[in-house]
Amino acid sequence: MREIAIPQGDFLQGAVDRKILAKLQGDFPLCERPYAEAAAQLGIGEDELLQRLQRLLADKVLTRFGPMFQVEAMGGAFVLAALAAPEARYDEVTALVNELPEVAHNYRREHALNMWFVLATETPDGIAEAIARIERDTGLAVHAFPKEREFFVEMKLAARL
Amino acid sequence: MIDNIDRALIVATQGGLPLVPRPYHAIAEQLGLSADEVMQRLRAMLESGVIRRIGAVPNHYAIGWTANGMTVWDVADDQVDALGERIGALDFVTHCYRRPRALPAWPYNLFAMVHGASRDECAAKAGEIRALLGDACRASDMLYSTRILKKTGLRLGA
Repeated sequence: MREIAIPQGDFLQGAVDRKILAKLQGDFPLCERPYAEAAAQLGIGEDELLQRLQRLLADKVLTRFGPMFQVEAMGGAFVLAALAAPEARYDEVTALVNELPEVAHNYRREHALNMWFVLATETPDGIAEAIARIERDTGLAVHAFPKEREFFVEMKLAARL
Repeated sequence: MIDNIDRALIVATQGGLPLVPRPYHAIAEQLGLSADEVMQRLRAMLESGVIRRIGAVPNHYAIGWTANGMTVWDVADDQVDALGERIGALDFVTHCYRRPRALPAWPYNLFAMVHGASRDECAAKAGEIRALLGDACRASDMLYSTRILKKTGLRLGA
């Protein structure tokens, strides 16, 4: 795993939140009382860990707590795509794109291609269908950038505030 | 590959694990399985790579990574794979892929994500990538993200 140093600060509620971010991005135990086991490693109680996770999720510091899936390993497909949404229509296009459950992530970026999203579909054919639907719904051309080779993927960033 | 029970487990957990003391038992009850089978299957999916990991998925903006740049590079075809390996090995790069160009509008074939607390920090990291690519790089850009529009991860239909 690739970890990035944790600068000190007060963005999160103290050292415990930062420790949760640093230690709990993977390796959550598969056992009867996994929160109790993880909490013990963090030096806190099970209740406290559950409460902190609830708060971190409610505050959107965490987007999720659970398994991260790799859709290709289950026979599906994962493709980065982009479109150029006119500014006046940006919110409308965002809603149309996000409506598809196949859109796993979507980011606004500074470029003529100003909307970049990842499609995750259960079958490889699902990608073309999702792209066709977005093009039909928005009237905009979608550029697909399927990966040809993966050199590295590990999105684990430690808290730094 | 996965069977129907794995798929049901994915649907049950893709939004997150229950925040209760015995989450795997709760899932088991919901699906009519034993807790042992739930844990066993999750372990098997971890081993096969269907699950990358189990844990906290942070909103990287909220934890201080407020500058997020997708660096993109037009790298000579005969050198892109060797250089991609080296860029991917940089400790600050979180994703690195070779992708097709979309000419004429999009000449870039190598993508690498960098993150920082400021754009200056991202620019410095992009500079390191640039130095590593040397003469093999013909053009480049960095697309900063300015908003997360969606970040749910995989969602299979129930």
